[in-house]
Amino acid sequence: MVFDIGLAVLVVAVAAWTIAARDVFAAVVSFVAYGLLLALVWVRLAAPDVALTEAAIGGGLTGGLLIGASSRLRGIEAPAANEKPGRGPWLAAALLCSLVSIGLAMIVPVLPEPSPTLASQAAANLAATGLSNPVTAVLMAYRAIDTLLETVVLLLALLAVWSLAPDRFWGGLPGRRQNADPESVLTFAAQLLVPMGILIGIHIFWIGSVAPGGEFQGATILAAVWILAAMAGLVEGPPVSRQWLRLMLVAGPAVFFMIGLAGFATAGAFLAYPEAHAKLLILIIEVPVTLSIAATLALLLAGPPERGPQ
Amino acid sequence: MSLALNLLTVLAVCAGAFFFLAGTAGLLRFPDPLSRLHALTKADNLGLGLVVLGLLFQVDGLLAGLKLISVWLLALLAGATVTQLIARAARPGGTPE
Amino acid sequence: MPEPSDRHAAMADFLLAAAGFVLTMVALGLVRVLYGPAAADRIMSAQLLGTGGIAALLLLAEGMRVPAGVDIALILALLAAFVSVAFAKGAVHWEHDGE
Repeated sequence: MVFDIGLAVLVVAVAAWTIAARDVFAAVVSFVAYGLLLALVWVRLAAPDVALTEAAIGGGLTGGLLIGASSRLRGIEAPAANEKPGRGPWLAAALLCSLVSIGLAMIVPVLPEPSPTLASQAAANLAATGLSNPVTAVLMAYRAIDTLLETVVLLLALLAVWSLAPDRFWGGLPGRRQNADPESVLTFAAQLLVPMGILIGIHIFWIGSVAPGGEFQGATILAAVWILAAMAGLVEGPPVSRQWLRLMLVAGPAVFFMIGLAGFATAGAFLAYPEAHAKLLILIIEVPVTLSIAATLALLLAGPPERGPQ
Repeated sequence: MSLALNLLTVLAVCAGAFFFLAGTAGLLRFPDPLSRLHALTKADNLGLGLVVLGLLFQVDGLLAGLKLISVWLLALLAGATVTQLIARAARPGGTPE
Repeated sequence: MPEPSDRHAAMADFLLAAAGFVLTMVALGLVRVLYGPAAADRIMSAQLLGTGGIAALLLLAEGMRVPAGVDIALILALLAAFVSVAFAKGAVHWEHDGE
């Protein structure tokens, strides 16, 4: 009990500090700390799948994105710090936040116990999907349409990021040039970390059918490993106009969509799987989706093209 | 038998917690960045290592034990790399890569 | 002789307390983020946060008998390496931009 209260207080304190921090760098460190603490909270609530996803995406991926963004904002940090919102917007924001907090504080204690849930039905039909992790069953079988749309949304986000490139760099190499010394510590560490990271990423992806894990988490790890290799100068980002890269990006959603269409013929509805082959179909979907998501996330982290294609 | 294992776990975890305490105290109180870095690496290596050792006695199955050790090795590797980079950046007149 | 369930409960309480202790240490280390004069101090707090967080997570997951805790810790260890390296490289660039 003491632990729970302490953890809750710590989470709120770190969140408050993240907002109050004047220096962008400190705020980003604080935000990553917040993600880590949230992962602990999820473990405490016995929700390891959410904790895994929070650690991978909330902690690592978002942390990487924020660091990249804050380094690009370095030039305008001083003038931006002097802008403050006026009285009116500040009061309105404070009022709205208070209303939401009070509303939540009033509603949460009177929620029905046990809460209405489909969990028992989801668990009961698990055998038909061939999976034993109910969370993966929800993501890939019961609500596969949501997952398909998420992959498409990620692609659209990538297109939006690419559209920020100046015209002369369109189709070029993403991200800044890295001045990496091939003899340095970073290179050596990357040479060790990258193979381990790939192994871990594949492991997390593979056990998603029986334990917490799955394609998004595995893809996040693979994307982070790629960026690590790029930071160490081991790889040079491919120009985004390369045909094979674009094929890799769309392969996942395309396969997902085609298997979904095939569902009309084989099982009577979009994204329905015939029961005998459900697990195989899900696997056939998951592999290209993982690769596509990994590529998309890595390119999102790398940013818009900043150098011409070579 | 399991009583002995539990005892070992308690001992190892307490020792690990002590090293975390030492590392944090050093981080807060030592005068300059390089000595703070020294304190920090003690927490990294020994604190986490002892905690992992303690939990090894509780876990069942070879794979889980191997994963625990891998966590420690990864943290060591990451810590060693970042320490080098931090030390270079913290040196007076920090040099480029 | 205490019942096996009592012993498990006692061990779980101990592990939870240990996790809480490590978290408290990490929270104190975050103070460096507040007062650290240099970017290096902030990166060191992030490093302590990563290692301490992993230790707290492993202790908590074992205390709550969640076997996936080790996988989460693996991901955290790898991503902590990634984020720390990104920070360190970013800090090196910044300190040169500032000159």
